[in-house]
Amino acid sequence: MQVGILGVGLLAAGLDGWVTGREVLAGKRPFDPRTLPDPDASLLPANERRRSSDCVRWAVQVAQEAMAQSGLDPQEVATVFASSGGEMEVLDKLCRALATTERVVSPTLFHQSVHNTAAGYWGIATSCQQSSTALSCYDDSCAAGLLEAVTYACVEECPVLFVVYDLPAPAPLSGARPIASAFAAALVLTPSVSQALAIADVTLTAAAGRDVSHAFSQEFERLRLDNPAARLLPVLQALAMERRATINLNLLDDQRLIVEVKSCRH
Amino acid sequence: MPKRPMTPLTLSAYTLVTANGRGVGAVSQALRGRRSGLTPCDFEDVLLKTYIGRVAGLEEFSLGHDLEPFDCRNNRLAWLGLQQDGFMVAVAEAKQRYGADRIAVVMGTSTSGILETEHAYRNRDPLTGSLPPWYTSRYRYTHNMFSLGHFVRACVGLQGPAMVISTACSSSAKVFATAARFLQAGLCDAAIVGGVDSLCHTTLYGFSALQLLSTSPCRPCDEDRDGLSLGEAAGYVLLESSERVGRKGAIALLGYGESSDGYHMSHPHPEGAGAIRAIRQSLDRAGLQPPNIDYINLHGTATRANDSVEDKAVYSIFGDGPACSSTKGWTGHTLGAAGVTEAVIATLCLKQGFIPGTLNCERVDPTLRSRILRENEDRPIRRVVSNIFGFGGNNCSLVLGAL
Repeated sequence: MQVGILGVGLLAAGLDGWVTGREVLAGKRPFDPRTLPDPDASLLPANERRRSSDCVRWAVQVAQEAMAQSGLDPQEVATVFASSGGEMEVLDKLCRALATTERVVSPTLFHQSVHNTAAGYWGIATSCQQSSTALSCYDDSCAAGLLEAVTYACVEECPVLFVVYDLPAPAPLSGARPIASAFAAALVLTPSVSQALAIADVTLTAAAGRDVSHAFSQEFERLRLDNPAARLLPVLQALAMERRATINLNLLDDQRLIVEVKSCRH
Repeated sequence: MPKRPMTPLTLSAYTLVTANGRGVGAVSQALRGRRSGLTPCDFEDVLLKTYIGRVAGLEEFSLGHDLEPFDCRNNRLAWLGLQQDGFMVAVAEAKQRYGADRIAVVMGTSTSGILETEHAYRNRDPLTGSLPPWYTSRYRYTHNMFSLGHFVRACVGLQGPAMVISTACSSSAKVFATAARFLQAGLCDAAIVGGVDSLCHTTLYGFSALQLLSTSPCRPCDEDRDGLSLGEAAGYVLLESSERVGRKGAIALLGYGESSDGYHMSHPHPEGAGAIRAIRQSLDRAGLQPPNIDYINLHGTATRANDSVEDKAVYSIFGDGPACSSTKGWTGHTLGAAGVTEAVIATLCLKQGFIPGTLNCERVDPTLRSRILRENEDRPIRRVVSNIFGFGGNNCSLVLGAL
């Protein structure tokens, strides 16, 4: 399956947005993971932004960055949101409340606990009425989400916004799911390759054993392994370096998503 | 809007467990005998005054040795579902035909095994606040959203692509759409789709906080309806290309439509804009017009707002032509499992020439304009639309019919 990439969004410690983040990934700027981004997710209405979780703001921030670059109208673009654990911060608050004798649950907290909260807020912020999917595949949520998004773009013949994100869970939930640092990224994919920044050829193959791509440089390898959403890093690095690359994304123990990236800038 | 009708996909095996019993026989007997599965809430130590659709027996067994890490209420229910109606045999035959790596597993759930996390939070270490080790080592297999997909894939021994879709109530309707695309793209030759959602404190207290729980068994479309009843269910369907396995008369997925409201997290668009979009798309993909539809299985949760908005959407497309009903009075709202619950019920209706009237609806709300059916009808039907609308304004409609 072939798709064009029209826009990219990125957010992680030391990678605050695609504009500067791509230079860091390409080795043209130093990588300083001590600088933590504080996404303003300006597309969210003020009252929604105030109430929303960090997770929602991270996901919406990368989504709006990628969409702005694509030049497409967000109302015309279907969405696929992938996250291993979704709203861990909200789930922690809910489970704390449910462990008290009163069990008073905030209605706002409850409706923010669903896995499609970020997708829902994106739809509200943009008034988008296209199809929207939210999914998980544990450590391989990025590959599963990319597969869903690329398949959607090719079969339904329309553009898709793919967003992948995971934030560290608060304690004590972090004991069950240790994720060291936050990561979010977005790609706007189209079935047509004209005007694209890059082309991605995506194939699914059966393969045994865990054999995954590494990030091109060691300093990003830890980030890639720290967070399931950061499994997209090798793809983002290839885009940043505007170089041709073949990336094998692990999908469960027995499938691979092979992503061949070619820049259209040369 | 879809460019062309989709290739129908045969439902070559299907099964369902709800509060009405295990397997499609129990479900269809309850539907025909108008016996509700809803009972006063007796879930764990929950003291809410509400009715629930609890699946009997989940507390009394645990998963066997090989599957022990997965043991939680949601996966027990998932396992129970897999054992009904010869579903495992049908999957084994499909494995023979296509190979384990050519069958996808696409599951839907809204809360996965969160009940385990709720229990773990009550058992935090009083000094450190940390969660008990029996829980932390099994988070991946119980509460994580993908747990259900992992579990089903492990139980049936498949090696194809897999994922869990979690878009609140529309989850296990959208799995049909994803699987249809996977088949269309040649990523697999067959797919197991389905969904499992089980009772937990999060949804019981959450819907209670939203003041959406009825104190009596839910009464969809009734003028005095006052909220929903929560239920739990496990349902599965084996989807295959009709060109390969289709026989005249077999039930097939003919169309699907997916949309968002882009409006509010927990209130639907007041004019049902997203719902209308999903229904129209499902008809377009099926290559059908509104008069071709014999029956509409409404989302029909029995909350005042949702039933009214759905009625507006349905009436604007179909007028008062097709019979409409909600089956939530039998099963309760099974949340992430609602999509597959109602797809399997629609399949039974198509197979048996039968339309369930809306249970517990004594007097249809006079402001609703669609043709809401109260009593069961026995007559052949060929095409059904099933609507599922969820939190985040996430909508999905499926068209099912006989080949």
